[in-house]
Amino acid sequence: MSIPYLRALESESIYILREAAAQFSRPAILYSIGKDSSVLLHLAQKAFRPAPIPFPALHVDTTFKFREMIEFRNRICAERGITLLTATNQQAIDEGANPFALGTAKCCAQLKTKALLDALKEHRIDAAIGGARRDEEKSRAKERVFSFRDAFGQWNPKDQRPELWNLFNGRLDPGESMRIFPLSNWTEIDVWEYIDLEKIPVVPLYFAHPREVIVRGPLLIPIEHNPPIFPGERVETVVCRFRTLGCTYCTGAIRSNATTVSEIVQELRDARRSERETRIIDHDTEGSMELKKREGYF
Amino acid sequence: MPSHPPSLLRILIAGSVDDGKSTLVGRLLHDTRAVYDDQLESVRRVSSNGLELAFLTDGLRAEREQGITIDVAYRYFSTRKRRFILADAPGHEQYTRNMATGASHSELALILADARKGVLLQTRRHAYVCALLGIKYVVLAVNKMDLVGFDETVFSRIKHEFEEFARALGFSEIRAVPVSALEGDNVVEPSARMPWFRNCCLLERLENLKIVAPVEQPLRLPVQVVLRAEQDFRGYAGQIASGQLNAGDDVLILPARVSARISSLLRPDSATPQASAPLAVSVTLDRPVDLGRGDMLVDPQQPPSTARVFRASVVWMSQSPLVAQRPYLIRHTTRQVCAIVSRVENVIDLDRLASTPSDKIEFNGIGTVTVETHQPLYCEPYTVNRSTGAFIFIDPTTNQTIGAGMISEVLDSGAEIHTPAIATSGGLTIWFTGLSGAGKTTIAQAIYEKLWAKGLKVEILDGDVVRRQLSKDLGFSKEDRDENIRRLGFIAQLLNRNGVIVLVSAISPYRAIREEVRSAVPNFLEVYVNAPLEICEHRDPKGHYRKARSGEIAHFTGVTDPYEPPLIPEVECRTDLESLSDSVALVMKAIEQRLNNNST
Repeated sequence: MSIPYLRALESESIYILREAAAQFSRPAILYSIGKDSSVLLHLAQKAFRPAPIPFPALHVDTTFKFREMIEFRNRICAERGITLLTATNQQAIDEGANPFALGTAKCCAQLKTKALLDALKEHRIDAAIGGARRDEEKSRAKERVFSFRDAFGQWNPKDQRPELWNLFNGRLDPGESMRIFPLSNWTEIDVWEYIDLEKIPVVPLYFAHPREVIVRGPLLIPIEHNPPIFPGERVETVVCRFRTLGCTYCTGAIRSNATTVSEIVQELRDARRSERETRIIDHDTEGSMELKKREGYF
Repeated sequence: MPSHPPSLLRILIAGSVDDGKSTLVGRLLHDTRAVYDDQLESVRRVSSNGLELAFLTDGLRAEREQGITIDVAYRYFSTRKRRFILADAPGHEQYTRNMATGASHSELALILADARKGVLLQTRRHAYVCALLGIKYVVLAVNKMDLVGFDETVFSRIKHEFEEFARALGFSEIRAVPVSALEGDNVVEPSARMPWFRNCCLLERLENLKIVAPVEQPLRLPVQVVLRAEQDFRGYAGQIASGQLNAGDDVLILPARVSARISSLLRPDSATPQASAPLAVSVTLDRPVDLGRGDMLVDPQQPPSTARVFRASVVWMSQSPLVAQRPYLIRHTTRQVCAIVSRVENVIDLDRLASTPSDKIEFNGIGTVTVETHQPLYCEPYTVNRSTGAFIFIDPTTNQTIGAGMISEVLDSGAEIHTPAIATSGGLTIWFTGLSGAGKTTIAQAIYEKLWAKGLKVEILDGDVVRRQLSKDLGFSKEDRDENIRRLGFIAQLLNRNGVIVLVSAISPYRAIREEVRSAVPNFLEVYVNAPLEICEHRDPKGHYRKARSGEIAHFTGVTDPYEPPLIPEVECRTDLESLSDSVALVMKAIEQRLNNNST
């Protein structure tokens, strides 16, 4: 009897989540509110049911997220009884950090990486479980499922442990930590097919709707949080959706008519553009995701 | 969803840059439309010559800058028929380690050969490592056919040569396909330029390959975690490693060696009558049993071997060579045990594919060793069962994964083993006291590993274990508890006298008797494992608190009996506030100070 591949992926991820619970003192789920995080949370509930998820969810809030994301986050965590921790680099915000003032690379370093590392330290989290997938970006193709971080939260590609079979080595010395990626082997379309199969709720921003956006070359920039409008640009109403969610300033929408999960699946089957193309931060320099990761970015 | 590809095939691709491996991977990804236009555009920008497919698999910036190759990359593509995970292992540097890692995740090996060069030494090495890791299916892609004029005789010669050599390796199936990755012939589309080749092209071969499941394997379900919820719910959760499981089945529990019946089977969150490998499940049992992480539920008719001494093939992955008598940790299923290699038998000379006697295995070497473990493993030869035959070596000092092992033969079940440990003069007793569920045993176990890794003689006296053996006659009144502690102290003293470090893990609630033991034992270190009662009660690892609250257990410390915390413990571990590694570091520091003082 062959196991349908989504069930095989599901079992693999549940196995990894249970290893995280068994091998670490204080794991936490890095909850970004996106579709991958929604799948991760759903899998975590399955992995431990009828017991509750034995760790909290941590959201790194740059304060530049979509309003709908924050509403969705609060509703889901309340409905499911999930402990929610939030991390914000308030000092940087107070000092006026934003991508226009700092550039995207420095803004991410301040509002995401620093906020995350500080929160991991504050809550003494020794295993941060994230929804990153290997198919997302080329530097992630070699990422481990259990990805070791030194005492400064940094990723050294040369210092990673070989991973054989499903025997994960989570041993740490004080101060060190692990990033754990249960969705490593999932692809974007697997995530949507699974959302469809399991009827997992996701943020409505993923579905097509007429939205006011700034049309900037190929990019559709949302107008939430009042981004600057450059000469020659204007706000238009475009039927669009978000294929990936981040901060409003740095996340473009795509033109789409997909209003249901199955329409999204169909759209992805025909898609010729990659998922993270609309993520401005991935393209600030060649190899930029890898550089951010080495500093401790998720 | 009828359009679902029905199954997943995990492939290892082996070959060097010169064989055109990156180009072939790029070709497969490109022609199955796994690469998006914007990614192609960015590759075109860096290509000097149109679209260089090899750039699609270009690795990390760190690799480009430092000219190094970091281990295996995983690629994903799918067709209407199947979904594929491709483990792309660099073929030149550190190939044994990388190939072994990739092969451990794969069912099929796609081995490349250059049509102009034929079967090289490296091709043989790759095939050998694949066979060692248990891969049964091989596709030999004879690449660069365009450079030999698509000549059938060249292909046939290479195919024949490979089959001849690989016969000894025991693959179930070897298929050869002539391809040109650069031009796309026979990769995704059949080639018009090789009409003499009538079998399916490479992708079709991968799509249609039928993996014959190994003969019905007996049930092996290693427990990962125990799930607890209201109404005394106790779910034993894990991924079925082999075989299948039905609600109502009788299973044997190891190491307890007791039988129980599966009362319910959850897959993983809703009840199901049946589940099979590799599904993640949780089960409840019809009776209370002693069962936790690292234990295993197995088919009572066909249990695995219980082994402390076994022979294994090893792929070594550390710069410091594997040598006999050095302490290592072994992770096998969900179990972690202390081990030594008692003997290195031989290493494989990969150039000749023959074994030669050796007393060590170097970085990236392969060899055969005898392993002795402190606690038994429930295992089988790797060729019989990959899940219960595989293990990894972990360096107890650096925490690195330093080797991969495949059990070939169980040598001695339950034999006493002799580890050449160093006795410390006068010994030392480390006394862990605290509430039930505070984490005494967990810390003691971790300290045991650390001390043992230093080659020291060490023993654990666990309160629960001692009560089942030596203190069977005692109850839980204050008098009986004091007597139990007195006995523990007495044994610790005897062991200390022989230079053994003793880790006592017992609630030991009464201060006076602990002080009595302290004065009797010459070198005594008290560790207060402290967590608030609410937290211990919430953890309730053995379900005792619930029973104490319901009155099922009388005399329970913290609930109906008092706990008197130490006034000046040498070490206090706040397990509600600090991580296990923090607690362990604190205790280790105190132990090291004490041992250093003794030796000076």
